[in-house]
Amino acid sequence: MRLAAFDEMLPEVSGLRRPYSAYDRWLKEQDPARLTEKMQDAERVFRKTGITFAVYGEQEASERLIPFDIVPRIISGNEWRRLTQGIEQRVQALNAFLDDIYHRQEILRAGRVPKELIARNEAFLPEMIGVRPPAGVYTHIIGVDIVRISEDEFYVLEDNARTPSGVSYMLENRETMMQLFPELFQKIKVRPVENYPQLLRQSLAAVRPQRTKGAPTIAVLTPGSFNSAYFEHAFLADQMGVQLVEGQDLRVVDGHVAMRTTEGYKQIDVLYRRVDDSFLDPLTFRPDSALGIPGIMDVYRAGNITIANAPGTGIADDKAIYSYMPEIVEFYTGRKAILGNIPTWRCSEPDSLKYVLEHIHELVIKEVHGSGGYGMLVGPAATKKECEEFSKKLAAKPSNYIAQPTLALSTCPILTDKGLAPRHVDLRPYVLVSDRIQIVPGGLTRVALKEGSLVVNSSQGGGTKDTWVLDD
Amino acid sequence: MLLGRTANGLYWMNRYIERAENMARLVDAGLRMALTRTQSASEEWNSVLLSAGSDVAFKQKYSDYTAANVADFLLRDTSNPSSTMSSIETARNNARMVRTALTRETWESINEAWMALKRMLARPIDERDLPSVLDAIKRETALIRGSFYGTMLRNEIFDFSQLGTYVERADNTARILDVKYYVLLPSISWVGSTLDNYQWESILRSVSAHRSYRWVYDADYKPTNIADYLILNVRMPRSLTFCYRFLAEHLKFLGDDYGERHACHATAEKTQAMLRAGSIKDIFDAGLHEFLAGFIRDNTRLGDEIAQDYRFY
Repeated sequence: MRLAAFDEMLPEVSGLRRPYSAYDRWLKEQDPARLTEKMQDAERVFRKTGITFAVYGEQEASERLIPFDIVPRIISGNEWRRLTQGIEQRVQALNAFLDDIYHRQEILRAGRVPKELIARNEAFLPEMIGVRPPAGVYTHIIGVDIVRISEDEFYVLEDNARTPSGVSYMLENRETMMQLFPELFQKIKVRPVENYPQLLRQSLAAVRPQRTKGAPTIAVLTPGSFNSAYFEHAFLADQMGVQLVEGQDLRVVDGHVAMRTTEGYKQIDVLYRRVDDSFLDPLTFRPDSALGIPGIMDVYRAGNITIANAPGTGIADDKAIYSYMPEIVEFYTGRKAILGNIPTWRCSEPDSLKYVLEHIHELVIKEVHGSGGYGMLVGPAATKKECEEFSKKLAAKPSNYIAQPTLALSTCPILTDKGLAPRHVDLRPYVLVSDRIQIVPGGLTRVALKEGSLVVNSSQGGGTKDTWVLDD
Repeated sequence: MLLGRTANGLYWMNRYIERAENMARLVDAGLRMALTRTQSASEEWNSVLLSAGSDVAFKQKYSDYTAANVADFLLRDTSNPSSTMSSIETARNNARMVRTALTRETWESINEAWMALKRMLARPIDERDLPSVLDAIKRETALIRGSFYGTMLRNEIFDFSQLGTYVERADNTARILDVKYYVLLPSISWVGSTLDNYQWESILRSVSAHRSYRWVYDADYKPTNIADYLILNVRMPRSLTFCYRFLAEHLKFLGDDYGERHACHATAEKTQAMLRAGSIKDIFDAGLHEFLAGFIRDNTRLGDEIAQDYRFY
């Protein structure tokens, strides 16, 4: 199946788009053989620096590279301004929603979001009821997945409000591009993304517990070096100049979380955790967790540590909640959502389920709690047998699924053996929330490398591109 | 400020880099002996395995002491935790864990060494290729050392790394001497036989000191000189005295930085003082083997004390 998609560089109808004009001029002057060489250089750079990720379930290739494409994805200053307004509004709403859900629950009382959806949701943490995080921020680091359909249509695909990953690729992709094509950056004014780690550090420092004296001690909590995103955890700790800690380094000492150093235990004020909620505190959540810190939730409730993102933020980016985001945005900001949602069928509703089962070959069906492209069905690309099998799973546990139309995601060219060829892309800009909202101009462009494929996840054969926001 | 776990990772990363290289050196010396003295080659390979501390594990797997078996076991067998391949793998895992404490150059040199050796040691080594494989191992570890010394800040991270290097190196040199101590004992004739000469050269070769020996002592090999060189010489980078000079120095830096002295300080200084005051005659008089066994014991204790005093676990 082929979808007629909007190409961001060279749309069929209107010809070369403006944001790409300077790049296109440069590209036409290049020797194709040299570009292929640069592509190989890029791979060498990534392998040498160990920018790898782990793929679960593949023993042999426990460390793999995410393929990188050297053609940048280019966004004009104007397009970016529109996007950021929509993202800011959405992020404000997410934090307001979280505060409400864990306190007065007005949105439930107003009947705008069904009560059952919260009460029976695993991402909802009763332990967080009545807890107000330092500075009132719940989700500090957000990666909003955005897809484009046409010149003017952008949709939010997912709000990653728990522990969005991939920002290290945004930074390394830029670094690699600047190494490979320094002359391009002299010709074209691209807004910088390099200061993200500094912004992250400042942002985390700004939400320190009120009682912190002096500069706060910040640390990044990783599940360990065997985690698929370990490279990123180490990278961010390094770039921010803070400690990279594991659960085994931490314990509660005198009502504070402290890390074991060569000189004894030292207090931590802000913990940027890359460990899931359920592993955070074996005394409160999963008792078998060896990745967490026994008692950290007590310290948190006492207001003696900032956990970013706060426990329980998953209730805001849950796929079942997602379908209510337009209502949520309007409820808390008093204005219509600037960035729309993709129409979503909630399979828990009988009418929707009926529609989804009848149209399964046209739809993308996702698990409510799934991520990383696992456990999803892309109807148009699936065989009849796969559709039938998925229908059975769906009918057995409808509330576990949502469905969306198969959208013709916009395309960008990638460099292939046979020259440039269009591939579907999405975009994940990174948002930092403290006493203000900051969005780094750019983000991670994920690209489906297989012709016609719509799945951009790195675990499913997706690659990445450098994302340029023009300073125009 | 440094996490105890990070200090532990740095310490072991460097112990294993040192070990990866030492294995290659031991095989190199064994190979030379086997080439020159074919009759008792298996005895020589047994000594090599003893020096590597891998004789028991080897015997569980093999019955023949051949060059191919020993080289395979010490260089590429991943079931042997001390083989070059296992060591470089462990070193890299530790480096990955402490990555934020390393310069980009240091991390990349370790990562590249791991990639290169993994490729090279993927299949059994053809005997004809063994010399070039040994060279490549030494070259990779030399590159790591070069990036490390060239780019790392001289702070606590550096100190813990060096402690790992020198504890491992002291252990290695002492073991090599102890396995062969009997060939260094004074015999009736002070002029060594041809056979002794080979043995002595082999000892020097296993610490890459067969050429530098001649710069310091007579051209002739003398057992007391060899022992003096490997135990007491302050300039010889693999001697016990050299190792303890740096162990004491880095521990002192840590003690001064943190404003706190621990049990490990006393242990290191005691050993250093003993080496400084000792003469090779005293050591021989008291018994070379007894001296070395005691040294290895104290050195192991120092490692344990460092781990405890600096909260590695």
